[in-house]
Amino acid sequence: MSNTELSPTTAAGVGATSGSAEVRRAERDTARRAEARDAYLLLAPYLVLFLVFVIAPIVFGVWISLHEYDYSLPSKPFIGLDNYSGLLNGSSPFAALFWQSMRATWLFTVLSVPLLLVIPLLVALVMNQRFRGRNLFRALYFAPYVLGVAVVSVLWRYLLDTNIGLVNHYLGLLGLPDNIPWLTQLPWGWASLVGVTVWWTLGFNAVIYLAALQEISADLYEAARVDGAGAWHRFRYVTLPGLRPVLLFVTSVTIIASVNMFGQSFLMTAGGPGTATRTAIYQIADTGLTNFNSGAASAMSMIFSFFLMLVSVVVFFLFRDRDAAGGAQ
Amino acid sequence: MSSTLETPPDTPRRPRASERSSSEPVGRPRGLRRPLLYGVLGLLTLLFVSPLIYMVSTSFKTTSDAASPTPLWIPPEPTSAAFESIIGNEATPVMRWLISSLLAATLQSVLIVATASLAAYALARLEFPGKRTIFAIIIATLFIPPVILLIPNYLIVGRLGWLDTLAAVVVPGAAGAFGVFFLRQFFLGLPRELEEAAFLDGASRWRTFTSIVLPLSRPALVTLAMLSFLTNWNDFLWPVYVLFSPENQTLPAGLSTLQNANAVRYDLLMAGALLASAPVLVLYSAAQRYVVEGVSRAGLKG
Repeated sequence: MSNTELSPTTAAGVGATSGSAEVRRAERDTARRAEARDAYLLLAPYLVLFLVFVIAPIVFGVWISLHEYDYSLPSKPFIGLDNYSGLLNGSSPFAALFWQSMRATWLFTVLSVPLLLVIPLLVALVMNQRFRGRNLFRALYFAPYVLGVAVVSVLWRYLLDTNIGLVNHYLGLLGLPDNIPWLTQLPWGWASLVGVTVWWTLGFNAVIYLAALQEISADLYEAARVDGAGAWHRFRYVTLPGLRPVLLFVTSVTIIASVNMFGQSFLMTAGGPGTATRTAIYQIADTGLTNFNSGAASAMSMIFSFFLMLVSVVVFFLFRDRDAAGGAQ
Repeated sequence: MSSTLETPPDTPRRPRASERSSSEPVGRPRGLRRPLLYGVLGLLTLLFVSPLIYMVSTSFKTTSDAASPTPLWIPPEPTSAAFESIIGNEATPVMRWLISSLLAATLQSVLIVATASLAAYALARLEFPGKRTIFAIIIATLFIPPVILLIPNYLIVGRLGWLDTLAAVVVPGAAGAFGVFFLRQFFLGLPRELEEAAFLDGASRWRTFTSIVLPLSRPALVTLAMLSFLTNWNDFLWPVYVLFSPENQTLPAGLSTLQNANAVRYDLLMAGALLASAPVLVLYSAAQRYVVEGVSRAGLKG
């Protein structure tokens, strides 16, 4: 190898054909090295970000969770799995709050996800009709998402005010109770948080559904109609299967968003009454970033993430099975 | 999930006949009856528009009118006192928050598109040692709940001296793996021939990338930029905790400050909310097609 690289004369002496092969191989090696160098250069900016703000925090997070890591204390002694066991067996001062927040998160997810999957689908079905100004309506229903959670929550806190809110006023006009404590008592607090979340993000899911609905070939509907399928059957056997490609995406994104709910609760109910509408994320942030007990908060993140990943796996397999069943039909 | 990653991705989507004139779908199933359709649309529109109208109305009310138990849709004594009061108050510089928010969301989406497109191109088209491992690690982090990063990233940002600066809400959030994954899939779907032709014509790799690959990828780049902007714009938890002085806050954190300081001064809160939303709504009404289509395309791709 090194011989051939030394001088072209050696290569020429051996023979023109194999010599040019050697040269070509050398050239190919150079090209390959250049390609690898280019690749690393292209990757470098992203990898720097990735290492500093994704990989390092993951490792650091595990490390923190194994220490009594309090921002304000000079020594941060290693305590093994104490942060975890304290939360799991209830001996940690944060254990009760943490598990309450986990139940709150679960409750919010169970209440909000079905609504966030079904209502946007109904809206998308309406939007899929042929009528004037369709894009305008589509843009309108998407608008709250653009406003952001802060504006939406501040606005709805006003509309849901027990004494001067619009909602109670119009309920009263309809002959319904006009003094519902929407933000200060249960179960109203949950109703408000779920309702506002639907108002805020309905458009996001609807837009995705609508795009999928428009991908469904009109021929399929024609064929179904020729076969005498009624509206329900067309929905069941043409529309729903046509939505399958986006259903996993919409479901996962919605679950993840609901499980990570924070802003609505922080701004509208301040986690109250008491700490009843404090979600897990809220509790983790409060423990780690307000009370600076990073060790306990990191352990909470790990336990919470464990459950979250469990849910993701379940959702994924649920859809895979349904796909498999669909394929068998 | 991982099994789908190695399968050949779909080719870049071209508009199909059914989308090309999205306002006139052909041969839709005979739909709802007209009056019913318009009734539903009217109700939905009312539900979405009236809260916003009430926000605008209240922001021009006097303090006592804003607290009136009967709804006043039109301010009896219109006044801009609420706006003057927040804008003039050093503790609640709403316009500053707005600019910081726009800046943060823009910078972050630029940072994401720039770094992710470079990395994705290397992963889609170049051969180099460690490629599979690097890609596998990047993808694996897509499945890690972001809350794991919250506490450690706060401490890291603190050590970098970025707490209470714009960098804190721009840079860490740009490290997510979604952009790289999304663009790599798109690049893999582009026909190789064009790039090879350019390469044979003597164009450098960089030139091929900037003058062939990037222009062909415009829809994907716009989608990614749009999603990144919206994600940053809607992010609440992180800015609330990493930004604390009034002059350094972004809108989400700022509105929270405004609310804490004026719990029941709804005239001020609505004025703040209006200032926070008006520019975005203007931007959105100009670009709504791209925003909405960007989001829906991401759904179809996912």
